Amino acid sequence: MGLEGSDLTRQLASTLADAMAMGEVSAEEVTRAHLDRIEAVDGAVHAFLHVDRDAALAAARAVDQKRSAGATLGPLAGVPIAVKDVLTMAGVPTTCGSRILEGWRPPYDATVVEKLRAADMVILGKTNMDEFAMGSSTEHSAYGPTHNPWDLERIPGGSGGGSAAALAAFEAPLAIGTDTGGSIRQPAAVTGTVGVKPTYGGVSRYGLVALASSLDQAGPCARSVGDSALLHAIIAGHDPRDSTSIDAPVPDVVGAAAVGDVRGMRIGLVRELSGDGYQPGVQHLFQRAVEILTNLGADVVEVGCPNFEYALAAYYLILPSEASSNLARFDGMRYGLRIGDDGQASVEDVMSLTRERGFGAEVKRRIMLGTYALSSGYYDAYYGQAQKVRTLIARDFATAFEKVDVLVSPTAPTTAFRIGEKVDDPIAMYLNDIATIPVNLAGNCAMSLPIGLAPEDGLPVGLQIMAPALADDRLYRVGSALEQALVDTWGHLLIEEVPSL
Amino acid sequence: MPDISRDDVAHLARLARLRVAEEELTHYADQLSAIVEAVARVSEVAAADVPPTSHPIPVVNVVRADEIRPGLSREAVAAMAPAWEDDRFRVPRILGEE
Repeated sequence: MGLEGSDLTRQLASTLADAMAMGEVSAEEVTRAHLDRIEAVDGAVHAFLHVDRDAALAAARAVDQKRSAGATLGPLAGVPIAVKDVLTMAGVPTTCGSRILEGWRPPYDATVVEKLRAADMVILGKTNMDEFAMGSSTEHSAYGPTHNPWDLERIPGGSGGGSAAALAAFEAPLAIGTDTGGSIRQPAAVTGTVGVKPTYGGVSRYGLVALASSLDQAGPCARSVGDSALLHAIIAGHDPRDSTSIDAPVPDVVGAAAVGDVRGMRIGLVRELSGDGYQPGVQHLFQRAVEILTNLGADVVEVGCPNFEYALAAYYLILPSEASSNLARFDGMRYGLRIGDDGQASVEDVMSLTRERGFGAEVKRRIMLGTYALSSGYYDAYYGQAQKVRTLIARDFATAFEKVDVLVSPTAPTTAFRIGEKVDDPIAMYLNDIATIPVNLAGNCAMSLPIGLAPEDGLPVGLQIMAPALADDRLYRVGSALEQALVDTWGHLLIEEVPSL
Repeated sequence: MPDISRDDVAHLARLARLRVAEEELTHYADQLSAIVEAVARVSEVAAADVPPTSHPIPVVNVVRADEIRPGLSREAVAAMAPAWEDDRFRVPRILGEE
Protein backbone atom coordinates (compact mmCIF):
# COMPACT_ATOMS: atom_id res chain seq x y z
CA MET A 1 0.00 0.00 0.00
CA GLY A 2 1.50 3.31 -1.05
CA LEU A 3 1.31 6.54 0.89
CA GLU A 4 0.59 8.77 -2.11
CA GLY A 5 -1.94 11.41 -1.22
CA SER A 6 -2.27 10.26 2.40
CA ASP A 7 -1.49 12.45 5.39
CA LEU A 8 2.06 11.53 6.35
CA THR A 9 1.59 12.79 9.90
CA ARG A 10 -1.10 10.21 10.65
CA GLN A 11 1.10 7.20 9.85
CA LEU A 12 2.88 4.92 12.27
CA ALA A 13 6.66 5.25 12.44
CA SER A 14 7.06 1.75 11.02
CA THR A 15 4.80 2.61 8.05
CA LEU A 16 6.80 5.76 7.33
CA ALA A 17 10.10 3.88 7.65
CA ASP A 18 8.93 1.19 5.21
CA ALA A 19 7.67 3.77 2.71
CA MET A 20 10.99 5.61 2.86
CA ALA A 21 12.92 2.37 2.44
CA MET A 22 10.80 1.55 -0.64
CA GLY A 23 11.48 5.01 -2.06
CA GLU A 24 7.78 5.97 -2.00
CA VAL A 25 8.48 9.10 0.00
CA SER A 26 11.61 10.96 1.09
CA ALA A 27 12.72 11.74 4.62
CA GLU A 28 12.57 15.41 3.69
CA GLU A 29 8.90 15.13 2.69
CA VAL A 30 8.07 13.27 5.90
CA THR A 31 9.92 15.83 8.02
CA ARG A 32 8.37 18.76 6.21
CA ALA A 33 4.87 17.34 6.74
CA HIS A 34 5.50 17.13 10.49
CA LEU A 35 7.07 20.59 10.70
CA ASP A 36 4.05 22.01 8.88
CA ARG A 37 1.72 20.20 11.25
CA ILE A 38 3.62 21.63 14.24
CA GLU A 39 3.31 25.10 12.77
CA ALA A 40 -0.43 24.61 12.25
CA VAL A 41 -1.43 23.14 15.63
CA ASP A 42 1.25 23.78 18.24
CA GLY A 43 -0.11 27.22 19.02
CA ALA A 44 -3.10 25.41 20.53
CA VAL A 45 -1.29 22.34 21.95
CA HIS A 46 2.06 23.80 23.06
CA ALA A 47 3.82 20.45 23.03
CA PHE A 48 7.13 21.97 21.93
CA LEU A 49 9.48 24.38 23.66
CA HIS A 50 11.87 24.49 20.73
CA VAL A 51 11.60 23.47 17.07
CA ASP A 52 14.59 23.66 14.77
CA ARG A 53 13.12 23.56 11.29
CA ASP A 54 16.37 24.08 9.40
CA ALA A 55 18.32 21.50 11.40
CA ALA A 56 15.52 18.93 11.02
CA LEU A 57 15.30 19.44 7.25
CA ALA A 58 19.08 19.28 6.92
CA ALA A 59 19.16 16.02 8.90
CA ALA A 60 16.38 14.60 6.72
CA ARG A 61 18.18 15.54 3.51
CA ALA A 62 21.34 13.88 4.84
CA VAL A 63 19.38 10.65 5.36
CA ASP A 64 17.97 10.84 1.83
CA GLN A 65 21.48 11.31 0.45
CA LYS A 66 22.79 8.34 2.41
CA ARG A 67 19.97 6.22 1.11
CA SER A 68 20.42 7.25 -2.49
CA ALA A 69 24.13 6.50 -2.14
CA GLY A 70 23.12 2.93 -1.36
CA ALA A 71 23.83 2.86 2.37
CA THR A 72 22.04 0.25 4.48
CA LEU A 73 20.01 2.22 7.00
CA GLY A 74 18.40 1.28 10.31
CA PRO A 75 14.73 0.41 10.87
CA LEU A 76 13.69 3.97 11.78
CA ALA A 77 16.00 5.92 9.46
CA GLY A 78 14.42 9.21 8.38
CA VAL A 79 11.59 9.00 10.94
CA PRO A 80 11.02 12.26 12.83
CA ILE A 81 11.11 12.26 16.62
CA ALA A 82 10.51 14.74 19.45
CA VAL A 83 12.79 14.76 22.50
CA LYS A 84 11.77 15.75 26.03
CA ASP A 85 13.58 18.92 27.05
CA VAL A 86 15.41 17.17 29.89
CA LEU A 87 17.95 15.51 27.56
CA THR A 88 20.92 17.52 26.38
CA MET A 89 21.52 18.25 22.71
CA ALA A 90 24.71 20.02 21.71
CA GLY A 91 24.02 23.64 20.82
CA VAL A 92 20.24 23.31 21.22
CA PRO A 93 18.39 25.04 24.10
CA THR A 94 17.72 22.62 26.96
CA THR A 95 15.57 24.16 29.69
CA CYS A 96 14.01 21.25 31.65
CA GLY A 97 10.94 23.48 31.70
CA SER A 98 12.75 25.85 34.07
CA ARG A 99 13.66 29.55 33.97
CA ILE A 100 16.95 28.72 35.63
CA LEU A 101 18.18 27.11 32.38
CA GLU A 102 16.54 29.57 29.98
CA GLY A 103 18.87 30.14 27.05
CA TRP A 104 21.34 27.45 28.12
CA ARG A 105 22.84 25.55 25.22
CA PRO A 106 24.55 22.33 26.35
CA PRO A 107 28.01 21.55 24.98
CA TYR A 108 27.29 17.84 24.44
CA ASP A 109 24.67 15.29 23.34
CA ALA A 110 22.98 12.88 25.74
CA THR A 111 23.69 9.25 24.86
CA VAL A 112 20.02 8.79 23.89
CA VAL A 113 20.31 11.72 21.47
CA GLU A 114 23.56 10.31 20.10
CA LYS A 115 21.84 6.99 19.48
CA LEU A 116 18.91 8.67 17.69
CA ARG A 117 21.36 10.49 15.42
CA ALA A 118 23.35 7.30 14.82
CA ALA A 119 20.08 5.58 13.81
CA ASP A 120 19.52 8.39 11.25
CA MET A 121 16.38 9.59 12.97
CA VAL A 122 15.35 13.22 12.48
CA ILE A 123 15.01 15.26 15.69
CA LEU A 124 12.23 17.84 15.30
CA GLY A 125 12.70 19.66 18.60
CA LYS A 126 12.36 19.63 22.37
CA THR A 127 9.09 18.98 24.20
CA ASN A 128 7.46 20.69 27.15
CA MET A 129 7.53 19.20 30.64
CA ASP A 130 6.88 19.97 34.28
CA GLU A 131 9.86 21.89 35.60
CA PHE A 132 12.70 19.41 36.23
CA ALA A 133 10.11 16.65 35.67
CA MET A 134 8.33 17.49 38.92
CA GLY A 135 4.64 17.08 38.23
CA SER A 136 1.90 15.02 36.64
CA SER A 137 0.23 17.60 34.42
CA THR A 138 2.90 19.72 32.63
CA GLU A 139 1.31 22.72 34.37
CA HIS A 140 4.51 23.21 36.35
CA SER A 141 6.45 24.20 33.21
CA ALA A 142 7.84 27.72 33.49
CA TYR A 143 6.88 28.18 29.84
CA GLY A 144 3.15 27.49 30.21
CA PRO A 145 1.11 24.29 30.14
CA THR A 146 0.69 21.80 27.31
CA HIS A 147 -2.89 21.04 26.27
CA ASN A 148 -4.30 17.55 25.78
CA PRO A 149 -5.28 17.06 22.10
CA TRP A 150 -8.35 15.04 23.24
CA ASP A 151 -9.65 18.15 25.02
CA LEU A 152 -7.56 21.30 24.99
CA GLU A 153 -8.95 22.36 28.39
CA ARG A 154 -7.38 19.31 29.99
CA ILE A 155 -3.90 18.28 31.06
CA PRO A 156 -1.81 15.90 28.90
CA GLY A 157 -0.30 14.27 32.00
CA GLY A 158 3.19 14.88 33.22
CA SER A 159 5.91 15.36 33.51
CA GLY A 160 6.28 14.32 29.87
CA GLY A 161 3.04 15.92 28.70
CA GLY A 162 4.78 17.57 25.74
CA SER A 163 6.05 14.30 24.31
CA ALA A 164 2.68 12.55 24.74
CA ALA A 165 0.70 15.49 23.32
CA ALA A 166 3.04 15.72 20.31
CA LEU A 167 2.09 12.11 19.45
CA ALA A 168 -1.64 12.60 20.02
CA ALA A 169 -1.62 15.83 17.95
CA PHE A 170 0.19 14.04 15.08
CA GLU A 171 3.11 16.45 15.38
CA ALA A 172 5.58 13.55 15.68
CA PRO A 173 5.23 9.79 15.23
CA LEU A 174 7.66 9.04 18.07
CA ALA A 175 9.03 10.80 21.14
CA ILE A 176 11.46 10.31 23.98
CA GLY A 177 10.21 10.62 27.53
CA THR A 178 11.69 10.12 30.96
CA ASP A 179 9.98 8.36 33.84
CA THR A 180 10.90 8.93 37.49
CA GLY A 181 7.51 8.13 39.03
CA GLY A 182 5.28 7.69 35.97
CA SER A 183 6.21 10.59 33.68
CA ILE A 184 6.14 8.42 30.54
CA ARG A 185 3.26 6.11 31.47
CA GLN A 186 0.70 8.51 32.98
CA PRO A 187 0.91 10.98 30.03
CA ALA A 188 0.57 7.97 27.68
CA ALA A 189 -2.56 6.86 29.56
CA VAL A 190 -4.31 10.23 29.43
CA THR A 191 -3.45 10.89 25.76
CA GLY A 192 -4.33 7.46 24.34
CA THR A 193 -0.70 6.65 23.44
CA VAL A 194 1.88 4.02 24.36
CA GLY A 195 4.75 4.67 26.77
CA VAL A 196 7.40 2.41 28.27
CA LYS A 197 9.62 2.83 31.29
CA PRO A 198 12.46 0.40 30.61
CA THR A 199 14.28 -1.47 33.37
CA TYR A 200 16.39 0.97 35.42
CA GLY A 201 19.80 1.04 33.76
CA GLY A 202 18.40 -0.26 30.47
CA VAL A 203 18.75 3.14 28.79
CA SER A 204 21.72 5.42 29.54
CA ARG A 205 21.17 8.43 31.80
CA TYR A 206 24.24 10.23 30.42
CA GLY A 207 23.02 13.69 29.41
CA LEU A 208 19.68 13.25 31.18
CA VAL A 209 19.44 16.16 33.62
CA ALA A 210 18.97 14.38 36.95
CA LEU A 211 15.82 14.68 39.04
CA ALA A 212 16.21 11.60 41.27
CA SER A 213 19.17 9.58 40.09
CA SER A 214 18.06 6.24 41.53
CA LEU A 215 14.64 6.50 39.86
CA ASP A 216 15.10 8.35 36.53
CA GLN A 217 14.86 6.35 33.33
CA ALA A 218 14.41 7.47 29.71
CA GLY A 219 12.16 5.50 27.41
CA PRO A 220 10.08 5.38 24.22
CA CYS A 221 6.73 7.10 23.56
CA ALA A 222 4.74 5.99 20.51
CA ARG A 223 1.29 5.52 19.00
CA SER A 224 1.57 1.71 18.86
CA VAL A 225 3.30 -1.07 20.77
CA GLY A 226 5.30 -2.09 17.71
CA ASP A 227 6.60 1.45 17.14
CA SER A 228 7.58 1.66 20.78
CA ALA A 229 9.59 -1.55 20.47
CA LEU A 230 11.52 -0.25 17.45
CA LEU A 231 12.47 2.92 19.33
CA HIS A 232 13.22 1.01 22.55
CA ALA A 233 15.72 -1.18 20.68
CA ILE A 234 17.50 1.91 19.33
CA ILE A 235 17.93 3.81 22.59
CA ALA A 236 18.65 0.89 24.96
CA GLY A 237 22.01 -0.69 25.70
CA HIS A 238 25.07 -0.43 27.87
CA ASP A 239 26.87 2.91 28.14
CA PRO A 240 30.23 3.15 29.91
CA ARG A 241 29.49 6.84 30.61
CA ASP A 242 26.63 5.89 32.98
CA SER A 243 27.90 3.83 35.89
CA THR A 244 24.36 2.54 36.59
CA SER A 245 23.93 1.31 33.02
CA ILE A 246 23.33 -2.47 32.83
CA ASP A 247 26.04 -4.36 30.99
CA ALA A 248 23.79 -7.01 29.46
CA PRO A 249 22.12 -7.59 26.10
CA VAL A 250 18.93 -5.60 25.41
CA PRO A 251 15.88 -7.89 25.67
CA ASP A 252 14.39 -8.72 22.25
CA VAL A 253 11.56 -6.21 22.47
CA VAL A 254 10.97 -6.05 18.71
CA GLY A 255 10.67 -9.83 18.44
CA ALA A 256 8.32 -9.93 21.42
CA ALA A 257 6.06 -7.27 19.90
CA ALA A 258 5.93 -9.30 16.69
CA VAL A 259 4.93 -12.46 18.61
CA GLY A 260 2.16 -10.81 20.65
CA ASP A 261 0.87 -14.05 22.14
CA VAL A 262 -0.23 -14.44 25.77
CA ARG A 263 -1.37 -18.06 25.65
CA GLY A 264 -0.13 -19.82 28.75
CA MET A 265 1.23 -16.62 30.30
CA ARG A 266 0.45 -15.98 33.94
CA ILE A 267 -0.87 -12.46 34.53
CA GLY A 268 -1.38 -11.03 38.03
CA LEU A 269 -3.92 -8.37 39.00
CA VAL A 270 -2.47 -6.21 41.77
CA ARG A 271 -5.12 -6.13 44.49
CA GLU A 272 -3.77 -2.90 45.99
CA LEU A 273 -3.95 -0.99 42.68
CA SER A 274 -7.74 -1.04 42.28
CA GLY A 275 -10.95 -0.06 44.00
CA ASP A 276 -11.39 3.20 45.88
CA GLY A 277 -9.90 6.21 44.16
CA TYR A 278 -10.13 4.70 40.66
CA GLN A 279 -12.69 6.39 38.39
CA PRO A 280 -15.60 4.07 37.38
CA GLY A 281 -14.75 4.23 33.66
CA VAL A 282 -11.13 3.36 34.43
CA GLN A 283 -12.20 0.32 36.47
CA HIS A 284 -14.73 -0.74 33.84
CA LEU A 285 -12.28 -0.61 30.92
CA PHE A 286 -9.58 -2.26 32.98
CA GLN A 287 -11.85 -5.19 33.82
CA ARG A 288 -12.84 -5.51 30.17
CA ALA A 289 -9.16 -5.55 29.12
CA VAL A 290 -8.47 -8.27 31.68
CA GLU A 291 -11.34 -10.32 30.20
CA ILE A 292 -9.75 -9.93 26.77
CA LEU A 293 -6.40 -11.19 28.12
CA THR A 294 -8.20 -14.17 29.66
CA ASN A 295 -9.97 -14.89 26.37
CA LEU A 296 -6.62 -14.71 24.58
CA GLY A 297 -5.46 -17.62 26.72
CA ALA A 298 -3.67 -15.96 29.62
CA ASP A 299 -3.99 -17.39 33.10
CA VAL A 300 -5.17 -14.40 35.18
CA VAL A 301 -4.93 -14.46 38.98
CA GLU A 302 -5.13 -11.86 41.74
CA VAL A 303 -1.89 -11.02 43.53
CA GLY A 304 -1.30 -9.07 46.74
CA CYS A 305 1.50 -6.53 47.07
CA PRO A 306 0.79 -5.27 50.61
CA ASN A 307 3.59 -2.71 50.79
CA PHE A 308 2.47 -0.87 47.63
CA GLU A 309 0.17 1.02 49.98
CA TYR A 310 3.26 2.83 51.29
CA ALA A 311 4.92 3.41 47.91
CA LEU A 312 3.64 6.95 47.43
CA ALA A 313 4.84 8.01 50.89
CA ALA A 314 8.27 6.42 50.41
CA TYR A 315 8.59 7.97 46.96
CA TYR A 316 7.80 11.48 48.21
CA LEU A 317 10.62 11.17 50.72
CA ILE A 318 13.21 9.55 48.46
CA LEU A 319 12.52 11.73 45.43
CA PRO A 320 12.72 15.12 47.16
CA SER A 321 15.82 14.00 49.04
CA GLU A 322 17.63 13.09 45.83
CA ALA A 323 16.22 16.11 43.98
CA SER A 324 17.31 18.60 46.64
CA SER A 325 20.86 17.27 46.28
CA ASN A 326 20.82 17.11 42.49
CA LEU A 327 19.38 20.60 42.09
CA ALA A 328 22.07 22.11 44.30
CA ARG A 329 24.14 22.38 41.11
CA PHE A 330 21.91 25.19 39.87
CA ASP A 331 23.70 27.93 41.76
CA GLY A 332 24.09 30.60 39.07
CA MET A 333 27.88 30.38 39.04
CA ARG A 334 28.93 28.34 36.00
CA TYR A 335 25.89 28.20 33.71
CA GLY A 336 22.27 29.21 33.57
CA LEU A 337 20.52 32.13 35.21
CA ARG A 338 22.27 34.57 37.59
CA ILE A 339 20.25 37.20 39.45
CA GLY A 340 21.32 40.09 41.68
CA ASP A 341 25.05 40.16 40.89
CA ASP A 342 25.40 43.93 41.41
CA GLY A 343 29.03 43.94 42.56
CA GLN A 344 27.93 44.25 46.21
CA ALA A 345 25.84 41.14 46.86
CA SER A 346 27.66 38.10 48.20
CA VAL A 347 27.77 34.76 46.43
CA GLU A 348 25.21 33.37 48.89
CA ASP A 349 22.81 36.25 48.24
CA VAL A 350 23.18 35.80 44.49
CA MET A 351 22.57 32.05 44.76
CA SER A 352 19.44 32.53 46.87
CA LEU A 353 18.04 35.22 44.59
CA THR A 354 18.86 33.20 41.47
CA ARG A 355 17.17 30.11 42.84
CA GLU A 356 14.15 32.09 44.04
CA ARG A 357 13.67 33.60 40.60
CA GLY A 358 14.75 30.55 38.60
CA PHE A 359 12.68 27.83 40.30
CA GLY A 360 8.90 27.48 40.36
CA ALA A 361 6.72 26.65 43.38
CA GLU A 362 6.71 22.86 43.00
CA VAL A 363 10.50 22.71 42.68
CA LYS A 364 10.85 24.88 45.77
CA ARG A 365 8.45 22.67 47.73
CA ARG A 366 10.40 19.55 46.85
CA ILE A 367 13.80 21.10 47.54
CA MET A 368 12.62 22.19 50.99
CA LEU A 369 10.96 18.84 51.64
CA GLY A 370 14.14 16.99 50.67
CA THR A 371 16.25 19.29 52.81
CA TYR A 372 13.88 18.54 55.71
CA ALA A 373 13.90 14.75 55.15
CA LEU A 374 17.69 14.65 55.08
CA SER A 375 18.29 16.90 58.09
CA SER A 376 19.74 15.40 61.24
CA GLY A 377 17.09 14.30 63.69
CA TYR A 378 14.67 13.39 60.91
CA TYR A 379 16.93 11.33 58.64
CA ASP A 380 16.23 7.92 60.22
CA ALA A 381 12.50 8.53 60.62
CA TYR A 382 11.99 9.74 57.06
CA TYR A 383 14.67 9.02 54.46
CA GLY A 384 16.06 5.93 56.22
CA GLN A 385 12.61 4.45 56.78
CA ALA A 386 11.58 5.22 53.19
CA GLN A 387 14.59 3.28 51.92
CA LYS A 388 13.50 0.29 53.98
CA VAL A 389 9.99 0.52 52.57
CA ARG A 390 11.63 0.56 49.16
CA THR A 391 13.19 -2.81 49.96
CA LEU A 392 9.79 -4.19 50.99
CA ILE A 393 8.21 -3.01 47.73
CA ALA A 394 10.96 -4.71 45.73
CA ARG A 395 10.29 -7.88 47.78
CA ASP A 396 6.55 -7.65 46.98
CA PHE A 397 7.44 -7.60 43.30
CA ALA A 398 9.88 -10.51 43.71
CA THR A 399 7.23 -12.60 45.49
CA ALA A 400 4.62 -11.73 42.87
CA PHE A 401 6.93 -12.61 39.98
CA GLU A 402 7.47 -16.08 41.46
CA LYS A 403 3.79 -16.69 40.73
CA VAL A 404 3.15 -14.66 37.58
CA ASP A 405 5.02 -13.48 34.47
CA VAL A 406 3.64 -9.93 34.50
CA LEU A 407 1.41 -7.78 36.67
CA VAL A 408 -1.31 -5.45 35.39
CA SER A 409 -3.20 -2.47 36.80
CA PRO A 410 -4.82 0.72 35.57
CA THR A 411 -1.99 3.18 34.72
CA ALA A 412 -3.64 6.19 36.35
CA PRO A 413 -6.62 6.41 38.72
CA THR A 414 -8.46 8.96 36.56
CA THR A 415 -8.68 10.28 33.01
CA ALA A 416 -7.21 13.70 32.17
CA PHE A 417 -8.40 16.37 34.58
CA ARG A 418 -8.93 20.05 33.82
CA ILE A 419 -6.01 22.44 33.66
CA GLY A 420 -5.85 24.35 36.93
CA GLU A 421 -7.86 21.81 38.92
CA LYS A 422 -5.00 20.44 41.07
CA VAL A 423 -2.14 22.82 40.37
CA ASP A 424 -1.92 24.23 43.90
CA ASP A 425 -2.90 21.02 45.72
CA PRO A 426 0.31 18.97 45.82
CA ILE A 427 -1.23 15.90 47.48
CA ALA A 428 -4.07 15.63 44.94
CA MET A 429 -1.47 15.94 42.18
CA TYR A 430 0.80 13.28 43.73
CA LEU A 431 -2.06 10.74 43.79
CA ASN A 432 -1.98 10.57 39.97
CA ASP A 433 1.15 8.45 40.22
CA ILE A 434 -0.11 5.98 42.80
CA ALA A 435 -0.05 3.03 40.38
CA THR A 436 3.14 3.92 38.51
CA ILE A 437 5.50 4.69 41.41
CA PRO A 438 6.13 1.14 42.73
CA VAL A 439 7.95 0.18 39.52
CA ASN A 440 10.36 3.12 39.80
CA LEU A 441 11.15 2.27 43.41
CA ALA A 442 11.91 -1.37 42.54
CA GLY A 443 13.71 -0.58 39.26
CA ASN A 444 11.78 -3.00 37.05
CA CYS A 445 9.98 -2.12 33.82
CA ALA A 446 6.43 -1.19 32.79
CA MET A 447 4.31 -0.13 29.81
CA SER A 448 1.11 1.84 29.48
CA LEU A 449 -1.14 1.26 26.49
CA PRO A 450 -4.60 2.62 25.64
CA ILE A 451 -7.60 0.38 26.36
CA GLY A 452 -10.51 2.65 25.46
CA LEU A 453 -12.43 5.82 26.24
CA ALA A 454 -14.12 6.16 29.64
CA PRO A 455 -17.92 6.15 29.12
CA GLU A 456 -18.46 9.06 31.53
CA ASP A 457 -16.15 11.58 29.82
CA GLY A 458 -15.01 10.07 26.52
CA LEU A 459 -11.35 10.38 27.51
CA PRO A 460 -8.57 7.76 27.08
CA VAL A 461 -7.74 5.18 29.74
CA GLY A 462 -4.47 3.27 29.98
CA LEU A 463 -3.55 -0.18 31.23
CA GLN A 464 -0.19 -0.74 32.89
CA ILE A 465 1.83 -3.92 32.40
CA MET A 466 4.69 -4.50 34.83
CA ALA A 467 7.48 -7.05 34.28
CA PRO A 468 10.62 -8.04 36.23
CA ALA A 469 13.92 -6.22 35.71
CA LEU A 470 15.48 -7.11 32.34
CA ALA A 471 12.27 -8.78 31.14
CA ASP A 472 11.16 -5.74 29.12
CA ASP A 473 10.28 -8.10 26.25
CA ARG A 474 7.30 -9.42 28.27
CA LEU A 475 5.74 -5.93 28.23
CA TYR A 476 5.75 -6.01 24.46
CA ARG A 477 4.48 -9.57 24.20
CA VAL A 478 1.45 -8.78 26.37
CA GLY A 479 0.98 -5.24 25.08
CA SER A 480 1.04 -6.32 21.46
CA ALA A 481 -1.50 -9.12 22.04
CA LEU A 482 -3.90 -6.80 23.85
CA GLU A 483 -3.46 -4.00 21.31
CA GLN A 484 -4.17 -6.38 18.42
CA ALA A 485 -7.33 -7.69 20.12
CA LEU A 486 -8.54 -4.13 20.72
CA VAL A 487 -7.76 -3.07 17.14
CA ASP A 488 -9.75 -6.09 15.95
CA THR A 489 -12.71 -4.80 17.98
CA TRP A 490 -12.42 -1.14 17.01
CA GLY A 491 -11.09 -1.53 13.47
CA HIS A 492 -8.26 0.92 14.21
CA LEU A 493 -5.93 2.16 16.95
CA LEU A 494 -7.59 4.26 19.67
CA ILE A 495 -5.55 7.30 18.64
CA GLU A 496 -7.56 7.44 15.38
CA GLU A 497 -10.49 8.66 17.47
CA VAL A 498 -8.80 11.82 18.73
CA PRO A 499 -10.86 14.87 17.64
CA SER A 500 -9.28 16.94 14.89
CA LEU A 501 -7.69 20.15 16.08
CA MET B 1 5.18 14.00 63.56
CA PRO B 2 5.91 17.70 63.93
CA ASP B 3 4.19 20.37 61.89
CA ILE B 4 6.38 22.62 59.77
CA SER B 5 6.20 26.22 61.01
CA ARG B 6 6.94 29.49 59.23
CA ASP B 7 10.29 29.57 61.00
CA ASP B 8 11.04 26.03 59.84
CA VAL B 9 10.34 27.05 56.23
CA ALA B 10 12.63 30.06 56.58
CA HIS B 11 15.35 27.78 58.03
CA LEU B 12 14.96 25.11 55.32
CA ALA B 13 15.01 27.77 52.62
CA ARG B 14 18.20 29.20 54.07
CA LEU B 15 19.84 25.76 54.13
CA ALA B 16 18.80 25.21 50.52
CA ARG B 17 20.08 28.66 49.41
CA LEU B 18 16.57 29.56 48.33
CA ARG B 19 15.11 32.94 49.10
CA VAL B 20 11.44 32.73 50.12
CA ALA B 21 9.46 35.95 50.46
CA GLU B 22 7.99 36.70 53.89
CA GLU B 23 4.42 36.57 52.57
CA GLU B 24 4.94 33.07 51.11
CA LEU B 25 6.17 31.45 54.34
CA THR B 26 2.71 30.55 55.67
CA HIS B 27 1.59 29.09 52.35
CA TYR B 28 4.67 26.85 52.13
CA ALA B 29 4.40 25.93 55.82
CA ASP B 30 0.83 24.70 55.31
CA GLN B 31 1.65 22.77 52.16
CA LEU B 32 4.82 21.19 53.54
CA SER B 33 3.01 20.21 56.76
CA ALA B 34 0.31 18.46 54.75
CA ILE B 35 2.91 16.62 52.66
CA VAL B 36 4.96 15.59 55.69
CA GLU B 37 1.82 14.33 57.40
CA ALA B 38 1.04 12.20 54.33
CA VAL B 39 4.55 10.78 53.88
CA ALA B 40 4.97 10.09 57.61
CA ARG B 41 2.91 6.96 56.91
CA VAL B 42 6.19 5.19 56.17
CA SER B 43 6.67 4.99 59.94
CA GLU B 44 3.66 2.65 60.21
CA VAL B 45 5.67 -0.08 58.50
CA ALA B 46 7.56 -2.40 60.85
CA ALA B 47 10.92 -2.48 59.12
CA ALA B 48 13.53 -2.53 61.86
CA ASP B 49 15.24 -5.61 60.39
CA VAL B 50 14.87 -4.59 56.75
CA PRO B 51 17.98 -3.37 54.95
CA PRO B 52 17.60 -0.02 53.17
CA THR B 53 17.64 0.18 49.37
CA SER B 54 19.50 3.14 47.91
CA HIS B 55 19.73 1.74 44.41
CA PRO B 56 17.21 -0.53 42.67
CA ILE B 57 19.59 -2.59 40.52
CA PRO B 58 22.83 -2.96 42.51
CA VAL B 59 26.02 -2.79 40.50
CA VAL B 60 29.43 -2.50 42.15
CA ASN B 61 32.96 -1.45 41.21
CA VAL B 62 31.96 0.12 37.93
CA VAL B 63 34.89 1.73 36.14
CA ARG B 64 35.36 2.90 32.61
CA ALA B 65 38.25 1.82 30.43
CA ASP B 66 41.21 4.07 31.25
CA GLU B 67 41.34 5.88 27.93
CA ILE B 68 42.32 9.49 27.32
CA ARG B 69 39.42 11.48 25.87
CA PRO B 70 39.13 15.20 25.31
CA GLY B 71 37.16 17.19 27.90
CA LEU B 72 35.16 20.34 27.25
CA SER B 73 37.05 23.14 25.58
CA ARG B 74 37.56 26.43 27.40
CA GLU B 75 35.45 28.14 24.72
CA ALA B 76 32.53 25.75 25.28
CA VAL B 77 32.63 26.39 29.03
CA ALA B 78 32.98 30.16 28.63
CA ALA B 79 29.99 30.21 26.29
CA MET B 80 27.77 28.88 29.09
CA ALA B 81 29.06 31.10 31.90
CA PRO B 82 26.79 33.82 33.33
CA ALA B 83 29.92 36.00 33.71
CA TRP B 84 33.40 35.38 32.34
CA GLU B 85 36.50 37.53 32.77
CA ASP B 86 40.20 37.00 32.06
CA ASP B 87 39.60 33.39 30.99
CA ARG B 88 37.87 32.59 34.29
CA PHE B 89 34.39 32.44 35.78
CA ARG B 90 33.66 35.77 37.43
CA VAL B 91 31.72 35.17 40.65
CA PRO B 92 30.27 37.50 43.32
CA ARG B 93 32.37 38.15 46.44
CA ILE B 94 32.63 34.99 48.49
CA LEU B 95 33.16 36.52 51.96
CA GLY B 96 30.21 37.89 53.97
CA GLU B 97 30.08 41.08 56.06
CA GLU B 98 30.11 39.36 59.43
